[in-house]
Amino acid sequence: MSEEIRALVLEGIRKSFGRLDVLRGIDLELAEHEVVCLIGASGSGKSTLLRCVNLLEPIDAGRIVLRGDEITTPGVDVNAVRRGIGIVFQSFNLFPHMSVLENVTLGPRKALGLSRAKAEARATDLLERFGLADKRDEYPDRLSGGQQQRVAIVRALAMQPGLLLLDEVTSALDPELVAEVLEVIRELAAEGMTMLIATHEMSFARDVAHRVCFLDEGVILEQGPPEQIFGSPQEPRTQQFLQRIVQAGRL
Amino acid sequence: MRQTSGSALTGSRGSRIIGSASPGGSRAIAVATISTLVVVGLLATAVVNSPGWDDVKQAFFDPEVFSESFPDIADAFLLNVRIFLVAEVFILVFALVIALMRGLQGPVFFPFRALATIYSDFFRGIPTILLVYILGFGVTTLQLPGVPISPLFWGTVSLILVYSAYVSEVYRAGIDSVHPSQEAAARSLGLGRFAALRYVVLPQAVRRVIPPLLNDFIGLQKDTALVALLGVVEAFRQSQIDSAGSFNYTPYICTAILFLAITVPLTRFTDWLIARDRRRQLAGGMR
Repeated sequence: MSEEIRALVLEGIRKSFGRLDVLRGIDLELAEHEVVCLIGASGSGKSTLLRCVNLLEPIDAGRIVLRGDEITTPGVDVNAVRRGIGIVFQSFNLFPHMSVLENVTLGPRKALGLSRAKAEARATDLLERFGLADKRDEYPDRLSGGQQQRVAIVRALAMQPGLLLLDEVTSALDPELVAEVLEVIRELAAEGMTMLIATHEMSFARDVAHRVCFLDEGVILEQGPPEQIFGSPQEPRTQQFLQRIVQAGRL
Repeated sequence: MRQTSGSALTGSRGSRIIGSASPGGSRAIAVATISTLVVVGLLATAVVNSPGWDDVKQAFFDPEVFSESFPDIADAFLLNVRIFLVAEVFILVFALVIALMRGLQGPVFFPFRALATIYSDFFRGIPTILLVYILGFGVTTLQLPGVPISPLFWGTVSLILVYSAYVSEVYRAGIDSVHPSQEAAARSLGLGRFAALRYVVLPQAVRRVIPPLLNDFIGLQKDTALVALLGVVEAFRQSQIDSAGSFNYTPYICTAILFLAITVPLTRFTDWLIARDRRRQLAGGMR
């Protein structure tokens, strides 16, 4: 925690929707190449936190510092910030009127200003790497959920982001399609991609995360290495949460 | 003629919805054909046996008058088509500007939103025929230097103003129907608000509103006849002239046929476009 610049620093993030306090003072730091998983019940604020980091939701209080630059100051170029942060959504949010290739090249072409040829070369490489080369001319509605989500990940990667946010990316998938998506994320983690992952897949979190944070009612109640959080959680709420997960057969 | 168009209709619809290889397809076509023949036959019998049919036939369906007036009216009808085409281009652009103005967010843009709202309220609220009169006779009488005095010009402007108000509402409904997560996804890639609108929201919005847009254009195509009120000789005016010359109403039927010749294929074409689009996005998606 010394002079080294952190990939992401969150300080005292607060966010409420009307009278509902969703985030009540979140402090979190991510080192470069670190993979942090956010776990917690639905409504604990995981998704909102990710949307705040990507500036899709304005925060009410606190600071977000991305690689040494504060991105929550007024007048910051939000588009420039977002170009450096990839986000993948639970519901894929692919553009249904565009082919896979067009989905993946839209950002590089229109936000990064790459030529069509360059953007397509980059997209084709990524699609090949993730086994989607034969789908490049398909429309999203013709793909399985797992394929759609992999395309969404590729779309985010095509921007070559320094940080990737994954918002419960397997929650909308049929169980048998979850593995192919998690495999992609494992690969990215192995390559050193800095990632902040909100997930309900506990065994995946245990495998892939360097650190796990348990969110409860808008605060990080407990955090630490996965062995600690899943092996000997300290907080009663964490114990209770994991107990329920085990009972549901998901760990 | 009626019979073939009836079976063609069910045939094409059948292939679109249940697939051409569906069992019982030929039986469905047979049933549809027979039922169409019966209904059309009954209607035709009722009309032909009505007490005044002979008078109507003479006044509205005189083949001689028809062939005499058709070239004139067809010629004049080209003006309707020209008015329609020119107005349509302006409406598509102008209505989009109004719809986008209405969709601007933030307190700074309040005047724009208010202006766009007032515009669409006003021009949807006023009868088109009144606007044609007011602009066509009023503005031209002002004799302002540099302002055109052509009734054709002001008639077309009236149509553009009224239909832009309707079409802007159609656009707005289309834009609202695109889920906010689509814009969020575009913005998350670093696209600006305008780029997200242009590449992600609008293409989806416009595709969804093609049928109601076409409805408005069919209305516009018909309303080009209102320009006749300013003395412009388009198809309706020409048929009035022909009718007055021959003491016969057949020229009006002639005009009606010309209008239908444009609007019906337009409708079929749009249906086809929509079906093609849906097939392209969904084909194979039922796996």
